[in-house]
Amino acid sequence: MPVEVVMPALSPTMEQGKIASWTVKEGDKVEAGDVLAEIETDKALVELEAAADGEVGKLVIEAGTSDIPVNTPIAYLLRDGEALSDIETAPAQVPEKPEAPVPAASEQPPASSVVPQPITVTIAADPELPADAEMTEQSVREALRDAMAEEMRRDETVFVIGEEVAEYEGAYKVTQGLLEEFGAKRVIDTPIVEHGIAGLGVGAAFAGLKPVVEFMTFNFAMQAIDQIINSAAKTHYMSGGLVTCPIVFRGPNGAARRVAAQHSQDFSAWYAHIPGLKVVAPYTAADAKGLLKAAIRDPNPVLVLENELLYAVKADVPVSDDYILPIGSAKILRAGSDVTLVSHSRSLDACLEAATSLSAEGVDCEVIDLRSLRPLDTATVIASVQKTNRLVTVEEGWPVAGIGAEISAAVQSEAFDYLDAPITRVTGLDVPLPYADNLEKMALPSTDKVIQAINTVCYRQG
Amino acid sequence: MGKKPVKQTQKTNKLMREEDLVSSYHDMLLIRRFEERAGQLYGLGKIGGFCHLYSGQEAVVTGIAKAKLPEDQMITAYRDHGHILACGVDPYNVMAELLGRADGVSKGKGGSMHMFDVDKHFYGGHGIVGAQVPIGTGLAFANAYKEDKNPAVSITYFGDGASNQGQVYESFNMAALWKLPVIYIIENNQYAMGTSVERASAQTDLSQRGRSFGIEGRQVDGMDVEAVYAASLEAFEHARSGKGPFILEMKTYRYSGHSMSDPAKYRKREEVKDMRQHHDPINMLKDRLIERKLMSEEEAKKIQDDIFDVIEQAANKALENGEPDSSALMTDIYVEENHAG
Repeated sequence: MPVEVVMPALSPTMEQGKIASWTVKEGDKVEAGDVLAEIETDKALVELEAAADGEVGKLVIEAGTSDIPVNTPIAYLLRDGEALSDIETAPAQVPEKPEAPVPAASEQPPASSVVPQPITVTIAADPELPADAEMTEQSVREALRDAMAEEMRRDETVFVIGEEVAEYEGAYKVTQGLLEEFGAKRVIDTPIVEHGIAGLGVGAAFAGLKPVVEFMTFNFAMQAIDQIINSAAKTHYMSGGLVTCPIVFRGPNGAARRVAAQHSQDFSAWYAHIPGLKVVAPYTAADAKGLLKAAIRDPNPVLVLENELLYAVKADVPVSDDYILPIGSAKILRAGSDVTLVSHSRSLDACLEAATSLSAEGVDCEVIDLRSLRPLDTATVIASVQKTNRLVTVEEGWPVAGIGAEISAAVQSEAFDYLDAPITRVTGLDVPLPYADNLEKMALPSTDKVIQAINTVCYRQG
Repeated sequence: MGKKPVKQTQKTNKLMREEDLVSSYHDMLLIRRFEERAGQLYGLGKIGGFCHLYSGQEAVVTGIAKAKLPEDQMITAYRDHGHILACGVDPYNVMAELLGRADGVSKGKGGSMHMFDVDKHFYGGHGIVGAQVPIGTGLAFANAYKEDKNPAVSITYFGDGASNQGQVYESFNMAALWKLPVIYIIENNQYAMGTSVERASAQTDLSQRGRSFGIEGRQVDGMDVEAVYAASLEAFEHARSGKGPFILEMKTYRYSGHSMSDPAKYRKREEVKDMRQHHDPINMLKDRLIERKLMSEEEAKKIQDDIFDVIEQAANKALENGEPDSSALMTDIYVEENHAG
């Protein structure tokens, strides 16, 4: 059998790729290790090497084709004595374009063999935006990059520092193009020293600069958490207001996909706990831009908790250098009257899907994106509960002392008489995140779990 | 921003000027008397929490203060009373901070370990062993970022104990890699709390701790203010001229325990007594000034009396100063200014 060359999965989260170019043509002899093609992922341009010696029998998919799902055959290598006719498998059809950006699948595997239909969700327009605002479609990744670039153009004291932020253009390609525009003085690759960079950033901020410290992921920021909490968050207070620390710590937070317990952790509650810090966790591309810009302009230390699985999600983003969102303001993504769902970051995928799914059954869910975790906009949540009388909180983090626990405390204190059912939390399970695909899915919030929680607070049979 | 001061250039004469020598005697004695008074007030229960005294180490911060330029920044750990006094901050405000009073340098919110005066380029006052080292390196990063031909230098102090912390080496690496204008002052007072350098450090010559990063270092007699001054001039010249960091290990000694609650059982009384009698930085300087006829016994007595009065007045005034208003409890958590600008 000829050797099938498939679109490879080049990262834990890659679902599709683009053939940027073929470096061989049909009929070429290749040896194992020879470069066959350049594959463009959402993160990088990677060379695809031949896994075996042979002759390039057929290039199935043309160079330049995008959105080729992982595992799609893209070429065939013929070994000694094999002919083109030995290729039995019909080349897979490449979809022209996947349907609407499908939220990352977080459902549990269906018990039946029925293939779940992707749920298309709609998000309400941002009430803070003028109706005629000029918009452009961007990924979260591009929106974050633009936020930094715009602020760097505006303010000479803003610089970006971190591991692989400059020449590599970001481990997740968020800082793409910044080195080229701003140079090595302001886009700084560091050694692998999270604790050192955080402390150095704090010192630079004390001295009046505005560092944007990128952590490759927030898992690694645990090495630096002493500087974030003891130095960045507390010094303004300890100095009686003399010392200020205008710094941004940003990077992906929460579970990626199948990278196991040390690389999959949601730090929302950790940082939201700390007076002196501000914490935002944008969900949409527009919020990513508006909140990161606000974070950079804020004279206080701000944590921007991004999410790797949202980086490629596209949405309309306002075209404006002054699109600054208020830190501490939640947003109603979907208005509803029967039950309030409160969440942030990627768990909103499950909330919106659940809301869309249940609307067909006559349950009208209001979905609130907290956006900021400190300060926490409890007023928006309480106003919603006063309307719906039922509350489900959804988060990826662990349940104990989590964001949902904090929201629950605020709501029972301020809106106790409005509740028609006990508040129900959907959280990551109280366990280090497992590696196995099935176990990982079971440990994280899902659309099904959110639907179950909604049914519980509505006293419905599921 | 205040008025831009006339830019001074690096001093080069390694011999201290006569007036600097005499004022060093004054400055060191001020720290000593301040710490003695602080120790008394701690014993009376007026000062709370942790209180780490600097007595015995005065020559280190004083010699460096004479060699530094006004805009050079200083940052240290929790044994910081001497450092903030050496930056020229009024002993009254420092004492008020120790007492947790409203006029304290940090409005009574920081205490002994968290003194700051940004106008005088003193950046604290940090309670976590070693944490000030990357922060001090960040001050140097900011100095380099300004691309000034004659940059300010960050003077980053830490002890022999902190010299074993990992973040110190992360900082050394970055400072050397990017040639940051920082001098690292290792105040080796021979004991990290109760653990002697020999019991904690595989390489006891701490001046060589930067070798694997190519950072030059010198061991200095930290009880001799003139030696400190001369060595720090070399370090300042090096850092200011773009050659990157420099390490000075100051061999010094603290007379008190690690903190006020330390019974200091890990060393013999005779050891402390010997240091006080034969190596005291203030007495050594006094003898030298008298021998060189730069100061008479009468003049020395006058300085001692003046300082006694200054410290007494500072302490008494601070004791009369009220505690912070309860309204101060929830302020200074965040910078409240609008960030639209």
